[in-house]
Amino acid sequence: MGRYIVRRLLQAIPMLLLISIVLFGLVNLAPGGPLAGHSRSRQVNPERAERLKRQFGLDQPIPVQYVVWLIGNDWMKIDLDGDGIAESRGVRQGILRGDFGFSFQTREPVLKEIAQRLPNTVYLMACTLAVVLLIAIPVGIISAVKQYSSFDILVTTFSFMGQAIPEFWFGMILILIFYAWLHNPFTGQPLLPAGGMYTLGTGFSLGDRVRHLILPVSMGALTWIAWYSRFLRSSMLDVIHRDYIRTARAKGLSDRRVMYRHALKNAAIPLVTMFALDLPYLFAGSLYVELLFSWPGMGRLYYQAAVKRDYPVLMAILIIAAAFMIVSNLLADIAYAYLDPRVRFD
Amino acid sequence: MNTPSSGNDKSQGLNGWDTLAERAPESLMVTVWRRFRRHPGAMAGSLVLFLSVMSIVLASASPYDPELSEISRKLQPPSLEHPMGTDPLGRDLLTRVLYGGRISLTVGVLVVLITLLIGVPVGAVAGYFGGWIDNVLMRITDAALSLPSLLVLILLSAMLREMELPFVQRNNVMTIALVIGLLSWMTVARLVRAAFLTIRELDFVTAARCIGTSNLGIIVQHILPNSVGPIIVDSTLGLGYAILEESGLSFLGFGIQPPTPSWGNLLSNAQAHMTRHPWLAIFPGLMIFLAIISVNYIGDGLRDAFDPYKVLQKVGEV
Repeated sequence: MGRYIVRRLLQAIPMLLLISIVLFGLVNLAPGGPLAGHSRSRQVNPERAERLKRQFGLDQPIPVQYVVWLIGNDWMKIDLDGDGIAESRGVRQGILRGDFGFSFQTREPVLKEIAQRLPNTVYLMACTLAVVLLIAIPVGIISAVKQYSSFDILVTTFSFMGQAIPEFWFGMILILIFYAWLHNPFTGQPLLPAGGMYTLGTGFSLGDRVRHLILPVSMGALTWIAWYSRFLRSSMLDVIHRDYIRTARAKGLSDRRVMYRHALKNAAIPLVTMFALDLPYLFAGSLYVELLFSWPGMGRLYYQAAVKRDYPVLMAILIIAAAFMIVSNLLADIAYAYLDPRVRFD
Repeated sequence: MNTPSSGNDKSQGLNGWDTLAERAPESLMVTVWRRFRRHPGAMAGSLVLFLSVMSIVLASASPYDPELSEISRKLQPPSLEHPMGTDPLGRDLLTRVLYGGRISLTVGVLVVLITLLIGVPVGAVAGYFGGWIDNVLMRITDAALSLPSLLVLILLSAMLREMELPFVQRNNVMTIALVIGLLSWMTVARLVRAAFLTIRELDFVTAARCIGTSNLGIIVQHILPNSVGPIIVDSTLGLGYAILEESGLSFLGFGIQPPTPSWGNLLSNAQAHMTRHPWLAIFPGLMIFLAIISVNYIGDGLRDAFDPYKVLQKVGEV
């Protein structure tokens, strides 16, 4: 198993390189270059723009820029004043040494920007995932065990609808109902806040935090609950009709024991895999939720960077997200093979 | 039987086989339709989709202009004259929703076409030839699947919008379709590959190869028609995803640009006014929801109808 993991990790390296080349090419393909938006937004005279370009290394051909982005330029001399003579030593270390450069917008190191936003996203997504699992698992089990009961029909219809509702529209409807229409009968305030992580200007209070979580978490969780419960239902149904379940019943085990000890354990395997595949959302978050509820997380950071063409931030988030995707793919495979001995490595 | 003359002579064949052969087998499409008809969700979905397509096609019959503003009647609530109300610029929302549907459905259909155009050849070549070609193509597919799709979608549409390319230059609809299509061909490729892997081992393929059919001929004439079921089912569901993704992109401001309406940017424009004028937010979203749920039900019905296990049951009945 150790060898298998090492081999998969080694395979991931060329794939990440390929992805990074494609992404870097895409980001730099846009006309006007990365500074197009920059020079538009403020009064920058051409001379200063040239200087900025050289500072960011944007006067170099794209392949050179890629290499610098990847491994840095502190081992070579660069031409900062534009006289054609490379005289100063580069200062960038490249992403392989953890230097993702500086944000064009804030002039802060990209990693610092990400470090500020990441905890908020993890906090939101962890709550969302917990709610998803807490609801989807029991619902999926019950609707499989009581197939064709009215509960099952209700759940199936709901999950079909949940998969068809656009996330952002559902969020808007939630705001409409719980912020605009319903009011707290005692204070006359909106029932639930429609943005932010907590009420500004007040101290920490758990109730306040929870109130701010309810709408974003509901919005983010709906589609997932629909998916997961439907998924668990069908894999339970798959398992329930197997011979070993019949054997367990024939031995006289109680229904409960058969369902939870014998059926659920096997039905949950694909669910674990699916959950592992969804883990990258812990990093990238849900863009729509964060935008609609002004949640200061990664999704919103990426959105703002795309609007402002903040290329270093865009590249950093993209490449880290891609790495997360590959790792979680690997995790899913390992979990699958670990939980299901019928699947063997190589 | 092995003499060359008897092969062509049908009337002198074995009697028992003759009668069976005379009963023309029901064609696949007839079987599928017969089963599809029995799926209530799929039929309801088809009806809703048909009605929406019809009204979207007939959108030009609306007495109002979708883009011309008329400030004097801005932000009116739904009424007989304006069944969905009017927007902040006094435009009839129903008209805009219908025109928006035209755009959204066009993007959806284009995406499915692009997906098929890339996915089917990639999957077919990989599955049919196998070996290193399969390896290379599947690694590329894996890499494409490892992209964080929404993030790349945003990046691509932000980039492509400002690029001077043939065909897609400044053409919103084509750009968006291309971007979404480029990021969603992978499932089709994998499906087609899987189908080809099984079918290429079957006897009729060997037979075709024996009589000298070229690789291309075998792929196009013999294997592809037999893997059409999963492709159709996946394309139907893909249409739903494409509509959802287009509306999402337009909602974020990276898709169809106003004043051209699309379901996504109608919702995006509604954000600022929705607390006091909720109809702006309710109706466009309802249309996206209806379109996607009907497409999903149709896909579900098709999946059941194409299911080979049910085909076997049917053969058993006969």
